[in-house]
Parts: sequence; structure tokens; C-alpha cells
Amino acid sequence: MKTLARDSKDMTEDKKLIVNDFSIHVATVNGSGSQSSNTVLLRSIFQMGIPVSGKNLFPSNIMGLPTWFTIRVNKDGYIARKKEVDILVAMNPQTAIEDVKELRPGTVCVSPIELNLDKIRDDVKHYQVPFGELASQATDNVKLKKLVTNIIYVGVVAELLEIDQAEIDRAIEAQFEGKQKAIDLNKKAAMIGREWAKENLKKADPYKVERLDLTKGKIIIDGNQAAAIGCMMAGVSAVTWYPITPSSSLCEYLIDYLHKYRVDKDGKNTFAVVQAEDELAAVGMAIGAGWAGARSMTSTSGPGISLMSEFCGFAYFTEIPVVIFDVQRVGPSTGLPTRTSQADLLSTYFLSHGDTKHVVLLPNSVGECYEFAMAAFDLAERLQQPVFVLTDLDIGMNNWMSDPFVYPEKPFDRGKVLNAEQLEKAGGFARYKDVDGDGIAYRTLPGTEHPKAGYFVRGSGHNENAAYSERPEDYVKLMDRLLKKLETAKQYVPQPVIEQNKDAKVGILAFGSTHWAIEETRDQLSREAKLPTSYCRVRSLPFTDGVQKFVEDHDHVYVVEQNRDGQMLDLLRLEMPQLATKLRSVKHYNGLPVDAESITTQILEQEKNV
Amino acid sequence: MVETATPSPAPKAPATNKLNLTLADYKGSPSTLCDGCGHDAITSQIIKAFWELSIEPHQVAKLSGIGCSSKTPAYFLSRAHGFNSVHGRMPSVATGTHMANHKLITIGVSGDGDTASIGLGQFGHLIRRNIPMVYIVENNGVYGLTKGQFSATADVGSTLKDGTVNRQSAIDLCGLAIELGCGFVARSFAGDPKQLVALIKAALAHEGTAVLDVISPCVTFNNHEGSTKSYKHAKEMDRPLHELGFIPFYEQITVDYEPGTVQDVEMHDGSHLRLKKLGHDYDPTDRFAADRAIHQSHKDGTLLTGLLFHDKDLPSWTQLNNLVDQPLSRLSQEQLRPKKEVLDEIMKSLT
Repeated sequence: MKTLARDSKDMTEDKKLIVNDFSIHVATVNGSGSQSSNTVLLRSIFQMGIPVSGKNLFPSNIMGLPTWFTIRVNKDGYIARKKEVDILVAMNPQTAIEDVKELRPGTVCVSPIELNLDKIRDDVKHYQVPFGELASQATDNVKLKKLVTNIIYVGVVAELLEIDQAEIDRAIEAQFEGKQKAIDLNKKAAMIGREWAKENLKKADPYKVERLDLTKGKIIIDGNQAAAIGCMMAGVSAVTWYPITPSSSLCEYLIDYLHKYRVDKDGKNTFAVVQAEDELAAVGMAIGAGWAGARSMTSTSGPGISLMSEFCGFAYFTEIPVVIFDVQRVGPSTGLPTRTSQADLLSTYFLSHGDTKHVVLLPNSVGECYEFAMAAFDLAERLQQPVFVLTDLDIGMNNWMSDPFVYPEKPFDRGKVLNAEQLEKAGGFARYKDVDGDGIAYRTLPGTEHPKAGYFVRGSGHNENAAYSERPEDYVKLMDRLLKKLETAKQYVPQPVIEQNKDAKVGILAFGSTHWAIEETRDQLSREAKLPTSYCRVRSLPFTDGVQKFVEDHDHVYVVEQNRDGQMLDLLRLEMPQLATKLRSVKHYNGLPVDAESITTQILEQEKNV
Repeated sequence: MVETATPSPAPKAPATNKLNLTLADYKGSPSTLCDGCGHDAITSQIIKAFWELSIEPHQVAKLSGIGCSSKTPAYFLSRAHGFNSVHGRMPSVATGTHMANHKLITIGVSGDGDTASIGLGQFGHLIRRNIPMVYIVENNGVYGLTKGQFSATADVGSTLKDGTVNRQSAIDLCGLAIELGCGFVARSFAGDPKQLVALIKAALAHEGTAVLDVISPCVTFNNHEGSTKSYKHAKEMDRPLHELGFIPFYEQITVDYEPGTVQDVEMHDGSHLRLKKLGHDYDPTDRFAADRAIHQSHKDGTLLTGLLFHDKDLPSWTQLNNLVDQPLSRLSQEQLRPKKEVLDEIMKSLT
């Protein structure tokens, strides 16, 4: 039997329609402009009120290598990555054969007709489209033909899935805002795709969208942009950075926002930015600025964190506030620079030589990227030490649906800073003396108009008066006070979010972007294996009491994380050794965002062996 | 009979500057360097320069990296905020400090190891950005704190105490600074206090990165026969380009010299560095002449000191960055946190 597109087997025969619950996988070549088209597709579904998430799986390359974009449409609001592909749009000739071979039977495949993908598989539903011909109808410009091909597949998919054309048009307008020519061309090309599909393709698959009301008032944003907004609202005044994937866009967004919203009425900037020569300089500048009283930040990824190591130990020991973002990627070294990971947890917590432990915040969402960015500046100044915000490529660079961010009501916490008047009243101060018993001493800023304001910062041993000291008791006192500060930090850091299920003997503990798959995993476990679970989402280091109690309250706890060595598990064992036997490990570290099924499978496997 | 005590003469009050501060008010804690260290001689001239210019000590940020030289900020201006940072990275900390508070007068002290080896990158990029600060290199050709290894400024043929000969070419920090576009480049010698203090003052008046490479002999590890950075060698080979005098902006400029014998170099704040010619013509605003003179001195084995190069027109980082006048560190929450309408506008753009 011939397996030409329009004649291929009707996959809907004995199946019901599948509405608002599928994933689309678009394979393209990077640098071909597909990102815009994919965003239009994503946004148009979002605008129809249907929960949706998009993940860009891209190579470390600017042009010419394969890239995939996955869109998950889910009426129940699950927005973690879904392993299975339901609809493949195979636009990349280089990978098309492999992409098609991997499909499950019954999957939908939209592809350029000349690829003859129906010859590879006849058990998937092919829709073969003459994209070249359609592109020629849209434009005579040879250069533009390649670009419009991408929006043509959006038109084809829109027709197949019944996405409203008005929503496609609106998404195009948003995507190409201010560029009328591009808007007109894209709208026209999308329509050409749609009209062609309407006339030539016979719908023979179960997938479609139907308008819902679940995204009203929501925003779509990536974590780097969210963190940038948080930094601006936190009043960041010194930004020093060095480009590195996947963190670069955080500072780029931030710089754009600052130039737009942080210029005073006289046109002067209330911020300063330096693109440094390397990460060592970037963090050195941020530390210098933090010492001198600015709210300073830098942003990087794993390799940059390694380079910042010496300076971070210095800032910890000399007690200087600074905020450092680590948008984690796969390492070590260059590793897979465009793939996601949670493997910097241990190296960041203990970053530097000597005895060091840092405060680390672990946002799980774009909303928390925004909130924790603000919290980080308050914490850094309150505690007078570096504060790290660990996100990852999945949160940082992918599109997430979110409630709009709430304007901060809480005023800045600038910590314990003495001004000239207070110094005069007190008759001076001892920079490293624990006056209040919380481990946090008082500081002054350079330029304070008082003869007793000055003090000397040194990475060498020092006493309460900041004078050089190698006396053993001075060193021990200082190190113990620094540890006390970490204890004090526990009352200021974001507390864990715990969902206690009274029927559950099994707990799940996770952090960061893993959260989204956990939500789905818990439903799968309860629905398919009748296994009720409780859930603890750790949101910061050091651990607060709630985390230990959670482990104590359960027979055993699965620690789920996206790294090879079970770094969170290691840390829990280290800090609560008496509970070590209760902890089990679930890991995912192939560079792709973790999906629920992978976690569920591993948990059920281990449950069998209880 | 009533004896009247002859009143003893009141002790002579120490001299004060325009702020009514004494020289002692500009000192720091006692030096812990070796007796006779060139660095201590430089520290004295730093103290003198700040005092004579009546600079408020609390307006100063003094920074350093790691090494013997980098210990010295503890020995001057105890009322200023000090920052002994990590090895070779003082320029980045100074940059950040300036970003947060551009009103501070920033002075950095480094050594030849701290600047010419581990810190060469940050030194270069500081100059490239033209961050306003005085950058003093206390240059002795060896690593003193780790007991006398060669540094990258050791001359070819110079020897260590044990006779080891350096065969690798020396990095000339002044030549490099000029190449990198520095607007104020000078060299001096710890044994010439008069020249040194004038150059420090001029550097303080320069709005941009001012590099001052000062030959500062290490009495313990590099003051022997065979060293080209010893007191004896430096004294013998010192070839001052000019005799220097510094006229602060608040003093009247007098003309009491033969025409053609003196060149006044104007600084950003209206001060002048007066260069009195010594035998030969030298124009410190001529980049090519400076470069040539430095190369010639290498060839001759001499130590060329004085103001090597000056460019008043080079815009500083601060001039290029459109900052509010108030230091960023002093801005209030109202100035730093945008209003709710801004967040609303951003949120709207994301729906």
C-alpha cells in the first residue's frame, strides 16, 4: 500500500480526540529564525487560555547545527518536559531521518514533502508539505524564503490543531513589535500555510486545542529576565559581568531595563555597569562595589563560579556583601554549555579554599527568580557576605508561564551600617565585633565623614578591630562568629515549602527546576501506584529546621536532583548523618530538563526493593 | 618673697595643613617591612603628598593586592578605608569601589609581582577603562614576601643573591601603560623623595588612571652587586628627565624662570606640574617621543625617571558613564527602586 501523506492511515479511527494534552517537537537548524516562529506558536496557544510551556534544546553554536524546540500543551497545568513526542515538525533535513525513527507509532509528523519521510516510517501519521513552493508564494526575496518557511509550518500546525488565526496574528504582532514589514510578511506566510493545509490535508490524528480560561492574566517569561527584573527592583546599582551561556541574557536584560527605568529626571544613571575582562575581575568589581556601599551583583555559570572561587572566600572572610547568580549548565569545563544541570550545588555552597559555607538560594520558577533576586540583596547586606542564587538553563532560558510579579512592599534591608552621627555617638566602632550576639558586626562605608570611620579590610587574620592578627584565639573567634552568622542566616533565608500528606510514609525532596516534574510525578505515583507522598522543596542553603523534620517524619525520602553524584543527598547526609539511612537517590543528568516519567520510574523501581 | 615661675615657652605646635591636620594625622600603623626598605620611603612621600595637598583622609580609599608593597596601605592614612585584596586583583576591587562611590580619591599600591605577573591582565584593563585612581608600583625586581624569586620586571643579566642570572626580557610597566593608552605615566625612584612627592601630587590631580612605577630596592633580596634594582645601581643610572615642582590649583603660578627652560603641565583640577629642563628637550605630551626615550633607556641601561607621558584629553570611565552626581552608595530606596507603574508596564508587555 502506498503511504503518501494524504493517503496514510487515519490515526483517529479507534481513538477519541485528545484535546489540550500533547507535546509538539520542532526540529530545525539553528540560526534559521525558527525561534521566532516557535514563540509565535507557543504564545498563540497560551493566548487561547491553555497552559503551555516551551523548551529550547539548542546546540553550542550560532548557525547551522540542529536545534529542537518542544512545546507542551497541558490542560492540567503540567509544565515539566514531556519525554514523548506527539507531534513532530521535522524541518531539519540533517536530523529528520533520526528524528522520525525515534517516534512512537501513531505520532504525527509534519515535514517538507521532498524529505520523503513516509518512506522511512509508515506507522506514523505524515503530513507532507511543499514548503519551498509555499515560501515562493509568500516572497520573491531569496533570503527571506528560508525565514518564512518557519512561519508557514506554524500556519500548517495551526490549521491541524485548530488554533485561532486571530491568535496567531496577535502573537506575530507581539513577536515583531514595531516592525510592520515583518508583521505583514509573517501574517501572510502563516495564512498561506494554513490555507494550503485546509485545502490539501485531511485531518487524521486526534490532537487539537480548545479554548480554555486558564492563562488569563498570566505572563510568559524566562528566568533570566525574571531575575533581571528582580535585581532592578532590588535597587542594584553596580553590575559587573562576563558573558557566558546560559547566564549572559540575565545581565543583558538587566542592562536594558536599567537604561530604560533607572535614569533620573536629569537623564543621569542611578547605576553603573562594567563588562569585565573575565569572571575574576567581574566578581572583584562586584566585591569592591559592595564594600563601598553599592548593591552589586554579577552573573555567571559553572566555569565562572570556579574562577570566582578565591575572591568569594575573601568576601566571606572579610564580610563583604555581593550577589552572585549561577545559571547552571552541564560541566565540568565547557561540558554541554547549552544543556541544563543542577551540579554546582556542592561547589557553590563550599566555594573557595579554607573553611567556607555560603548562603545559596534555590528558586524553582520564574516567580522565585524575581523574588529571590530581591531577597538576595537584602540577605547579602544583612549578613555581609556573598549570597548565591542558583538557577539553571531550564529556568533561566526557557519560556515559563507565571502569575504576574507582585510589587515589593518590603523596604530594602541595608543591614548594619553606621553613619557619621552614629559613630560620633558611639565614639568609634570595632569592625568585627559581635555586638548584638547574632554574629553580624557593624560596618562603615568608605567616604563616611568621620575620623573613626576608616578600617582596614584584609584577607589575612584579623581581630575585632580589623587589625592584623595571627593569634590562634583571634582566628578561632572569627571563624566561630562566621559560623554563627550562618546560623543567623537560617531565620532570613526562604524556608522550605512542605506539602505534608498525612497518609504518606514516603517523602520526596527536591529543589529548583526539578519541582515541575515532581508535581506530575506525585500525581502519577498516587494515581498509578497508589503511593501517596509528601514533598519538601528546599529553597535555600543552609538547611533550616523544617528540612530535618521532614526527613524525620517519613520512613524514607527520595532526594531528586539533576546531577550525577547526588549532591543534595550528600549534603543532607553530611549535615544530618543520623538520618542518612532514610535517604534515597533519584538522579537525572543527561542535560535535558528532567521529566516526570523518569522520576516515577526510578522511584517505583526502588519501592519494589524495599 | 613670692617666686614667680618663669613661664616655659609653649611647646611648638606641630605644623598643620589647610584642614588643620598634622602630618601625624596622615600616618598609619608602624611599618613591619625590613629596615631600609624602599617601600617605606615611598610611604613617607605618600603621607607627605596627601598632607600637603590637604586631602580629607576619610575621602580616600587605599587599596592593594598581595606582596610586601601591598602591605603598605596599612602604614599610611589610618583614617582612610583600606582594602588589602587578593593577589593581582586590586584593579578590579578599585574599579568596583569607584563605581559605588566616584567621589572617593582612590590610591592603589602594588608591586612588580602583583602587577607584572599575576595582575598583568587587570592592570591592562584598568588602564583601558581609565578608572580615576593613582596606581603606584613599588618595583624591586623580586618577590620579597616569598624570599627573593625573580619577578617579571627583572632586567636581562640581573642576578639573584645566589648568582642565578635572569635571561628573560623585562616587562617595562611604563612602556606597557603608554601602549595601553594610559593618560598619566611616570617613573621615579624611592631614593629621590623630591621628585617622587611631586609626581604623586600630580598623579592625584589627574582624572584618570595615573601609573607611577617607582624603583624601590629590596634591601634583603635584591640590593647586591649584580642587581639592577639596587640602591647603588639606581642612583648611578638614574637619569631624571626634568626637575619637578608641583603647584597646587589653589596657589598662584609665578613666572621666575628663563623662557624656554620650563614646561608647565596642567592637570585636570587646575594644578600644574612644573618641569624644569635638564640638559635635553623632552615633551611628555608626545607619545612617540616617550616610547622612543623608554626604548633608548633600555639600550643604555639607564633609569629614566620623571613624567614620561601625559594626555589630559583622554576621557575617564566616569566621564563616559553618565552617572548621577551623588555616589551610587548614597542613593536612597526612592532613587533605586522603580515605582509600581514600571513593574506594571513590564508585566503588561509579557502577557
